[in-house]
Amino acid sequence: MKLVVNGKAHEVDVEDDMPLLWVLRDELGHREVKYGCGIAQCGACTVEIDGEAVKSCQVWAADVEGEVKTITAPDPSEALTALQEAWIAHQVAQCGYCQSGQIMLAASLLSETPAPSDDEIDEAMNANLCRCGTYPRIRAAIKDAALKLGGA
Amino acid sequence: MGKAGRIARRTFLIGTASVLGGVAFGYYMYKRPMTNPLLADLEPGEAALTPYVLINAEGVTLITPRADKGQGVYHVQAALIAEELDVDLAAVKTDPGPPSAAYYNTALSAEAVPFASYDQGFVAETMRNVMDAPMKFMGMQITGGSTTVPDSWEKLRIAGAVARETLKKAASEISGINTTALKTENGAVILPDGSKMRYEELAAKAAEIEPVGRVKLREPDEWRYIGKKMQRIDIVAKSTGQQDYGIDMHAEGMLFATVKLNPGQGGALNGFDASAAEAMRGVEKVFEIPGGVGVIADNTWRAFKAAEAVECDWGDAPYPAEQAQHWQVLSESFVSDRQDSRQRDDGDVEALDLDHAVEYRGPYLSHAPLEPINATVLVQEGRVDVWTGTQVPRFAQAHVAEVTGLPEENVHIHVLMMGGSFGHRLEDDVVIRAAQVAMQAKGRPVKLTYSREEDMAHDFLRPIAMMRAKGAVGDGQVKALDMSIAAPSTVASQMGERQGLALPGPDPSIVNGAWDQPFAIPDYRVTGYRAPKLAPVSSWRSVGASINGFFHESYLDELIHAAGADPLEERLRLCIDPTARNVLEAVGEMSGWSGGAIGEGRGRGLAMTVSFGVPCAEVVEVSAGEDGIKIEKVWVAVDVGRVVDPVNFEGLVKGGVVFGLGHAMFAEMTFAGGAVEQRNFDSYPYMRLGQCPEIEVRGLETGPKIRGVGEPPVPPAAPALGNAIFAATGKRLREMPFAKQVDFV
Ligand code: FES
Ligand code: FES
Repeated sequence: MKLVVNGKAHEVDVEDDMPLLWVLRDELGHREVKYGCGIAQCGACTVEIDGEAVKSCQVWAADVEGEVKTITAPDPSEALTALQEAWIAHQVAQCGYCQSGQIMLAASLLSETPAPSDDEIDEAMNANLCRCGTYPRIRAAIKDAALKLGGA
Repeated sequence: MGKAGRIARRTFLIGTASVLGGVAFGYYMYKRPMTNPLLADLEPGEAALTPYVLINAEGVTLITPRADKGQGVYHVQAALIAEELDVDLAAVKTDPGPPSAAYYNTALSAEAVPFASYDQGFVAETMRNVMDAPMKFMGMQITGGSTTVPDSWEKLRIAGAVARETLKKAASEISGINTTALKTENGAVILPDGSKMRYEELAAKAAEIEPVGRVKLREPDEWRYIGKKMQRIDIVAKSTGQQDYGIDMHAEGMLFATVKLNPGQGGALNGFDASAAEAMRGVEKVFEIPGGVGVIADNTWRAFKAAEAVECDWGDAPYPAEQAQHWQVLSESFVSDRQDSRQRDDGDVEALDLDHAVEYRGPYLSHAPLEPINATVLVQEGRVDVWTGTQVPRFAQAHVAEVTGLPEENVHIHVLMMGGSFGHRLEDDVVIRAAQVAMQAKGRPVKLTYSREEDMAHDFLRPIAMMRAKGAVGDGQVKALDMSIAAPSTVASQMGERQGLALPGPDPSIVNGAWDQPFAIPDYRVTGYRAPKLAPVSSWRSVGASINGFFHESYLDELIHAAGADPLEERLRLCIDPTARNVLEAVGEMSGWSGGAIGEGRGRGLAMTVSFGVPCAEVVEVSAGEDGIKIEKVWVAVDVGRVVDPVNFEGLVKGGVVFGLGHAMFAEMTFAGGAVEQRNFDSYPYMRLGQCPEIEVRGLETGPKIRGVGEPPVPPAAPALGNAIFAATGKRLREMPFAKQVDFV
């Protein structure tokens, strides 16, 4: 099957039911995409497919049609760049293991809702888990990035 | 020790002698001159031996032996060295270094003695020093107990200062200029004419000369890093997807493995059928390991799928099969021959007629860091390499030596970044398993990854505990408190059974967070009962205090309520420790405390626990609406004596509060059929972002000693929440998780 990841086309030969997560990590070396639960509970595996946040443990690679983007994509969206900057400025990460997924989820939130309300942030970000409890800073970083994007 | 061995001859490794030829702990001459007879044989010259700074032609590497599981200690350790060494934190490399007895943890032993942390009298201090000696001989290079900062505070700054002065001496010998005329700045020695000699250029010379033995540490007003806002050295990598963790280990020719172990922890494998698994694509090998099977494949997911397909016949778990039986054992443990400790026995509770009898419970909990446990092992002729995130590299080294039959010095442990731990990586079972698996594929690196389900099924849990208490009130005051706590022993399970260290005496974790609280209640007793061994248990962020803080502070709140007193005022009246008073007063001021009742459908709760020597007070405010309880806001005041990095500090405190609240609200592990019932985050829920309140933090610096803050914010969170729910609803919660009794929005 064919898979386009971060602008690069790959031909992969895997089972039809291998989740995208494991194709990315173990077949293509995209280890910035993390495994946390495998059952849609944590969001550590979040990537973008055609601009939408997707839990990569929940889609079969064989079903992916659009382009997959991970946090290390060489042509990040404006939102992704702004979020990474805000994440650094607010020093959000503790262990950091969840943060690639958090940032990817936030990027899709901001691309759909450029100026999200507190409730909209809460609702969108409830999908991901942070065991270290960095939620207050995640919230602050998203607001900051939204502000910056709006002001640009 | 590969790295040190390879580069020692042509580079300058301060403390080469100490790493390669025995152990010397030079910083003692600065710390406590000659008070400990066991340390008296250190010569003053040995002060120079500090194995924390490595300089070679490529630059400066700071050795940060305490493991980073997300709490930012690589950063903190590097900052402490850099403060004296005059290097740019952004420009230096850090390396966890090899496992070595030289990196034993001085601060950990301080928690093993039976004195409350606020007791700094002669006997308590002497005991702490004496305990230090066995810790040294055991070479316990452990990260835990919020000890990194207290342990590193002096020794890393001294290491930096010794390196700096030795580099100046080298520069002096080369240039002929007296060291008093030399300065250091940004990785270089500065000569009087302003010219620079880079540390890298001085390394060869410095390696030849005797390191400087006596240094003076800088005064606080000279600090450039300590106490200032800093950017954590790992923050960019962790915000851009660049940070690799143990689970991301990759090497040429690597194989991917998993294990399937008896879900009845420690039970036998009676037999298995791997025929279906072996036929699956990518599966290289399925084989027996003690208590289970290992699967080696060419992809992690294929290994997981194959493990699922192996049919196993499991032996019984070596503990009661059902959760109710575990509780039964605890409830039968309040008997004299199971009494483990009575470290608090003030006044005479026996002589009183006590009332207000209650029973409290705290559940088993899983650590569940977001990165499932893993380890990569390469077994070769005469050498083993291990790549893993671990808090106990020395234990892992010894265990891998056992599994592979090689001497310990041939086992090379490479410590990698951890995606959380909360105590999980104080256990090295996964490393033992990885070595067992890698023995089946000698010559190739094998990465063992546990599935989330396997990780939780084989976690060593926080123990369950049960508390029974009575008390007395009168004249609007709390007069008596008699508390008995029964729990299985963490120390016996973790250190005894799994590390073979028989630690005599009572298990402090059964009562820590309850017996050692700074209150002068006239009749006040805390008794610990050691329940017989149940499921294997371990240290969970804040250890005993994570449960006992809930027991003590919830029950004290009940008595205060019965006395008709104010929760803050009564605690202040009873409090005998000045630092603890300060945090109580601070949290009262921050929250504008005016009692728990703040209007219809709302309530506030207060709790304060001293753990790991750190008093931490929290006020939680909740509202109780139709959809359930909502946590509106939390105020935290905590005193660690000295805040090294305010940004990291504040993040850790907030994370600790979330950890305490999130588990108190939702989490428990229960047994059925000998196995845990919760194997993933669907059945082991935790606070989500939308449930997270605003948290306001104040770090005080009035305490007499510098302390760590990884754990102390956890214990008071649960009781402050329970007390707030009581204030809002009149419902007293005596068992965690609270979600069994109330709904949360
Ligand atoms: S690994 Fe995909 S949601 Fe957790
Ligand atoms: S930072 Fe550790 S899980 Fe989120």
